[in-house]
Amino acid sequence: MFRKRHLAGVAIFAAAAITLSACASDTATPAATDVDATTATSAEDFGGLDALIEAAQAEGELNVIALPDNWANYGEIKALFEEKYDIIVNSADPDISSAEEIAAADNLKGQDTAPDVFDLGTAVTLASTDYFAPYQVANWDEIPDANKESTGLYVNDYTGSMSIGYNSNDVPKPESLDDLLGDDYKGAVALNGDPTQAGAAFAAVGLATVQQGGSLDDFQDGIDFFEQLNDAGNFIPVNATPATIASGETKVVFDWSYNNLAQASVVDGWEVTTLPGAVYTSFYNQAISKDAPHPAAARLWQEFLYSAEAQNLFIVGGAYPVTIDAMNEAGTTDEDAIAVIGNLDGDIVTPTEEQSAAASALLAEKWAAAIG
Amino acid sequence: MTVANAPVLVPGAAESAPQHPATGPASSPRRRALSGLAKYLGLTPFAVYVVLFLAIPTVLAVTTGFFTEDGAFTLSNIAGLFDAQVLNTFAASFWVSAVTAVIGAVVGAVVCYALLGTRADGALRSLIDSASSVLAQFGGVMLAFAFIAAIGTQSLLTLWLSDTFGINIYENGPWLYQPAGLLVVYTYFQVPLMIITFLPALEGLKAQWAEANSTLGGTRFTYWTRIAFPVLAPSFFGSLLLLFANAFSSYATAAALVSQGSPIVPLQIRAALVSETVLGRENMAGALALGMVVVMVIVMWGYSVLQSRTSRWQK
Repeated sequence: MFRKRHLAGVAIFAAAAITLSACASDTATPAATDVDATTATSAEDFGGLDALIEAAQAEGELNVIALPDNWANYGEIKALFEEKYDIIVNSADPDISSAEEIAAADNLKGQDTAPDVFDLGTAVTLASTDYFAPYQVANWDEIPDANKESTGLYVNDYTGSMSIGYNSNDVPKPESLDDLLGDDYKGAVALNGDPTQAGAAFAAVGLATVQQGGSLDDFQDGIDFFEQLNDAGNFIPVNATPATIASGETKVVFDWSYNNLAQASVVDGWEVTTLPGAVYTSFYNQAISKDAPHPAAARLWQEFLYSAEAQNLFIVGGAYPVTIDAMNEAGTTDEDAIAVIGNLDGDIVTPTEEQSAAASALLAEKWAAAIG
Repeated sequence: MTVANAPVLVPGAAESAPQHPATGPASSPRRRALSGLAKYLGLTPFAVYVVLFLAIPTVLAVTTGFFTEDGAFTLSNIAGLFDAQVLNTFAASFWVSAVTAVIGAVVGAVVCYALLGTRADGALRSLIDSASSVLAQFGGVMLAFAFIAAIGTQSLLTLWLSDTFGINIYENGPWLYQPAGLLVVYTYFQVPLMIITFLPALEGLKAQWAEANSTLGGTRFTYWTRIAFPVLAPSFFGSLLLLFANAFSSYATAAALVSQGSPIVPLQIRAALVSETVLGRENMAGALALGMVVVMVIVMWGYSVLQSRTSRWQK
């Protein structure tokens, strides 16, 4: 309770300060208050980035949803946004799924607690374009064409590669997928979620498929691998979380590299490896809610996320930001951070929309029986 | 039992009205009608509560099963109930509920019988009675975590057993996180629920029946087979059905324990609602809910039939 009141006090103070400073600057710069933020598709529509910042600060708050602090370094990213623009970030339900983000937008529509921006997996993004407002950030050209919807309805923001985290105090380093079927890994191997529900677990089955020599057209090889793993008594059907990793309940975890790397910095002995051969990646997507209660702040958040400053924070968190090639060219990449996670190279595979749909249908039919 | 006495109070109160000198006989029928109305007015808060928090949500949830995402009428979700995968889930739900209900009912009944040997107002019986009332409500995430902490793969007990005696209780796989684990965890709250629902029935056995039995030359055996069992049977099977319904509708405990494969119906509903990889099944959740409602209605109907048979002996 105290914290909330405290925040409310700060909010009132900040609002008063902004109002006063707006009054003071009225004579010097043209006011941007007559811009309809909900339909603005670029900072230019506001009259430039400074005007966008001003409009966002007048709103004073930003509602984000499903952004855990330890996911791709979102904790630092939110904190920097708050500090830099003096806008309060309200972070709701950090652990819900992409589908639940859209459900929240539905349920909270018209309320000032509705999410302003989304961070979504690909399948949900493609199915939910009705919820998005198009917007193009200032450095739109730095984002490869393949990674954005042409009008800016949604844009890739970061990816990781599917990796294997393991506790080197308890188990040896897995050199291949088949190693995991051995006795060293009894009751040790876990997924981050159920593949019929969670994107990270879905990707783990995808990685197993290509590592077994299969193609992303047919996830059956991956399902077969996890069935073998289960029959060997090596699969533990517990969702991997920072808590299960710390307690030793999940000693080997298939997860995005940024999640496993985040654990490596806090759990003694936790190491991350990617198997030789195919590298499985999948971008998450950024989108602005068309019903955003803070439309200007939502657009400023998007500008901020694609700035070199925030994109570098993704790298610190172990993820590869979408503008990394442009940043490398411009020399703005955080070299120390990229040295830690290594470059993303090798035979990179990502399922297409059709491949994802086929795999989803197959998993819905076969998964429960495979690990039952 | 007190419940049987309750309706008598109301006519009694109405009949006492003419005794007041101020009220003439002419106004009596109207007063009676008013007091009848007042009787139902008193139910208003409860009725509003039931409509708002039970009826409307149920109707909304169940009717979504008959529509597509775009709002068009469809029977495909209902047809989806007969997919092999969904039928397996219903079968697993039945199996888990039935097994835990039978274990809970038998163990609970034995405990109740043992308790009959103690003094009715004694400390032991009231201790077990109140402990059961609390434990029967101890479920959900709290219970799941209690079990993970107690006998999870990394729990103190599990590690102690394997370090000290070399016994690995997870030799055959991590059963706690599978439907087998639900059997153990559900039984934990089924037994106390049986005790609080069945003990009153056992206490209702009248000493005179046993006396009459022996006066007429009956043995202990004939007392149990000809009197006690027939009297107790409806109550026992009613409690069994209640336990079944209790397990069948449990969600939070299973959700916290079982994270792969959604083997029981409530977990299938969760999957249909929140999945970010298999999309467009939100309305399937409504059809699954309808399936559960049908099962629950049948069980509750059976319960009320048995309950009314039981109450014959408790007047």
